[in-house]
Amino acid sequence: MLGWELPPHNSGGLGVACYQLCKSLSKKGADIEFVLPYKADHGIKFMTVTAAHPQGVTEIQKSGIAYDSYKYIYSDGHVEVKDIYSQVHMYEQAVAQLTFSRQYDVVHAHDWLTFRAALRAKQNLNCPIVLHVHSIERDRAGGKKGNPLCHEIEGMSFMIADRIVAVSQHTKNMIIEDYGIPEDKIEVVHNSIDQDEFEPIDGNNSYRYLEAMQGKGYRVVVAVSRLTVQKGLPNFLHAAKEVVARAPKTLFLIVGSGEQYYELLELAADLGISKNVIFTGFLRGKQWRDAYAVADLFVMPSISEPFGLTALEAVGYGTPSLVTKQSGVAEVLRNCLKVDFWDINEMANKITAVVQNDSLRDTLHYNSYAEFTRLSWSAAADKLLHIYHKETAGARV
Amino acid sequence: MSRAIVLYLHVHQPYRIRHYSIFDAGVDHRYFDADYDHRTSNERIMHKVAEKSYVPTNRRLIKLLNDHPEFKLSLSITGTAIDQMEAWSPEALQSFKDLAATGRVEIVGETYHHSLAFFYSKEEFENQVNMHKKKIQDMFGQTPKVLRNTELAYNNDIAYWADKAGYKGILAEGWDKVLGWRSPNFVYRPAFTDNIRLLMKNYKLSDDIAFRFGDRSWAGWPLTADKFSHWLNESGDATNFNLFMDYETFGEHQWDESGIFGFLEHLPNEWLKKEGNTFMTVSEAIDAFEPVDQVDTPFTTTWADAERDLSAWLGNGMQASSITALYELEDRIKHCGDLQLLEDWRKLQASDNFYYMCTKWFNDGDIHAYFSPYENPYDAFIAFMNAYHDLLFRLSEKGVEV
Repeated sequence: MLGWELPPHNSGGLGVACYQLCKSLSKKGADIEFVLPYKADHGIKFMTVTAAHPQGVTEIQKSGIAYDSYKYIYSDGHVEVKDIYSQVHMYEQAVAQLTFSRQYDVVHAHDWLTFRAALRAKQNLNCPIVLHVHSIERDRAGGKKGNPLCHEIEGMSFMIADRIVAVSQHTKNMIIEDYGIPEDKIEVVHNSIDQDEFEPIDGNNSYRYLEAMQGKGYRVVVAVSRLTVQKGLPNFLHAAKEVVARAPKTLFLIVGSGEQYYELLELAADLGISKNVIFTGFLRGKQWRDAYAVADLFVMPSISEPFGLTALEAVGYGTPSLVTKQSGVAEVLRNCLKVDFWDINEMANKITAVVQNDSLRDTLHYNSYAEFTRLSWSAAADKLLHIYHKETAGARV
Repeated sequence: MSRAIVLYLHVHQPYRIRHYSIFDAGVDHRYFDADYDHRTSNERIMHKVAEKSYVPTNRRLIKLLNDHPEFKLSLSITGTAIDQMEAWSPEALQSFKDLAATGRVEIVGETYHHSLAFFYSKEEFENQVNMHKKKIQDMFGQTPKVLRNTELAYNNDIAYWADKAGYKGILAEGWDKVLGWRSPNFVYRPAFTDNIRLLMKNYKLSDDIAFRFGDRSWAGWPLTADKFSHWLNESGDATNFNLFMDYETFGEHQWDESGIFGFLEHLPNEWLKKEGNTFMTVSEAIDAFEPVDQVDTPFTTTWADAERDLSAWLGNGMQASSITALYELEDRIKHCGDLQLLEDWRKLQASDNFYYMCTKWFNDGDIHAYFSPYENPYDAFIAFMNAYHDLLFRLSEKGVEV
């Protein structure tokens, strides 16, 4: 298994999805070696975690943010800072090294960062490769064409792959549209969530102020997201303005960091709703969990969201969700509100309805929570095992 | 001793609320005027149902009435269904008038707006029953003598009310919890009443036609008129087989392709083959047969779901809070003197609006059981509450405290 990150050293959903999938697969008997581009202690016992270091490098340090540069420390003591493309290249070389000393039945790679390495592994080992698509370049570019280099790597890899796994029908459709890959080469394996993985909420919420305001009749709407173009937060703020005009006692909590941070701050000010919008920055742990828990409604306004695990996390922590129809989670969660990402008025209409009617909030949550408790990663692991069996039966030498 | 089929069909169309958003509230007061192509377009739905169900079914019914002097049936038609036919399908309305003109089609009374007003405001309930009575007199030249409440919602109180109001009969679900070991195929007397009689739906036989007719996995499929008549003939002691169902069973719930029209065309012929078999309207059955027992119904029954209660309309928090909010406006709406506002308030009372908010089947993923023009129950609630907010806006424009 080739991946770019695992918790707790993850920047977002990719690391979490990889971790949960592998855990569920190993429970069902899969023997997994997970190859990362950096060395760190993850405290994982159910599989082997290997750091793929290029020759001569003794240590790679990564920062918490996706697409940041890594620090490569060489055995002779010198240090190089590499950008994302150099990292992809170094990772590919390191994985190629590994393939000379080991045997694998299947190589399963997650997202474009590891796809070149997967192609090298296929070349060296003559084994089937499964490419798992958590997002494609169009998602990350917020619906635009994106970076031609990433696009190129994705296109080439999809052509050569034995099997492609997409995290939603939404993503599968985009792979077909953008890269002309035949439909029957792509399987949809939805992400999921395991309720026993949830850290329990303690009775003491971190957001004292918000709770006090709720006591005075205010309602809280939260978005938990990287502040990046893909996530559609400007639309959310425009909708927020319309909500505040009709339901002034509404507060919007925005949790996360990213390159749009200042832009969003300014936009909130320009819209005249700075008093109602609270930015928390990047959060982990209890403060992050409590943000879900304190809210009356969670909103995921993404322009294109391959899956959107946050919507399920919100439900798990006690808050119903409003998601865009351009998301994978909209395919698995029935009891949530759904809007088109561009339909600001409809987003405002639905948010207003929830903040004005506790019965809507409560009925939504009661029913979505019932759905949530039925979800698990087990079904996703079963589908993957099935794919492995199919691929290896024909391709083994 | 004769045995009668008492066929009773319920005709109804609500005014569905269009996609009515918070941006419409206070601006555009037309809640029911969706674009023609939209799922919530009442005009489009009326055109479709008239074409697939009302017109072809009535054509067959009138032929049966002409061919068989013994053939009779009863209908209930809500005021809102009649209004929509007047506006969008005069042909369908005329075909119902033609049925009534034969003198062998009895019209049953109910609320004009297909509401659950009985459970929220006795005064409003009486208003709507009387509005409906007037409309039936104007349209069909008869006065309803038998009453049904919306969704066949029934209990001792409703029977008591109908008795005092002078109705000779009332209709209810023949639910096992109420009947116990007794059969629905007789006339009964509601508890605590003097003169009124109770006819209870034989839900097994009715649902064979209404729900199971086209189901190929059902042991009774294919259901033919002679098979069905045979079942009735073999079913032991009975005076009246109460076959109560939605009119739209014919052509809409069961499509033409299922053979439902052929079944209807042949039923009288097959049933009347046996000596003593006949058809009766609801009033005729009440006149013809003495009640065999008294039926006590201290709780409310309906003709819906396995539960046969009101939970499909009032079972979740959204339903309970929205219907309560609506009826809380009654006094203010009635005293503000705005007839259009009063009429819109009444259209919003249609039980259908609350049914669309039901989450019990939606949650089970059984989308087929979920008859709704909305994407999900939450959208139905949001549209309803926005219309409610607009009612408040209009009241406040009139200087009424809201």
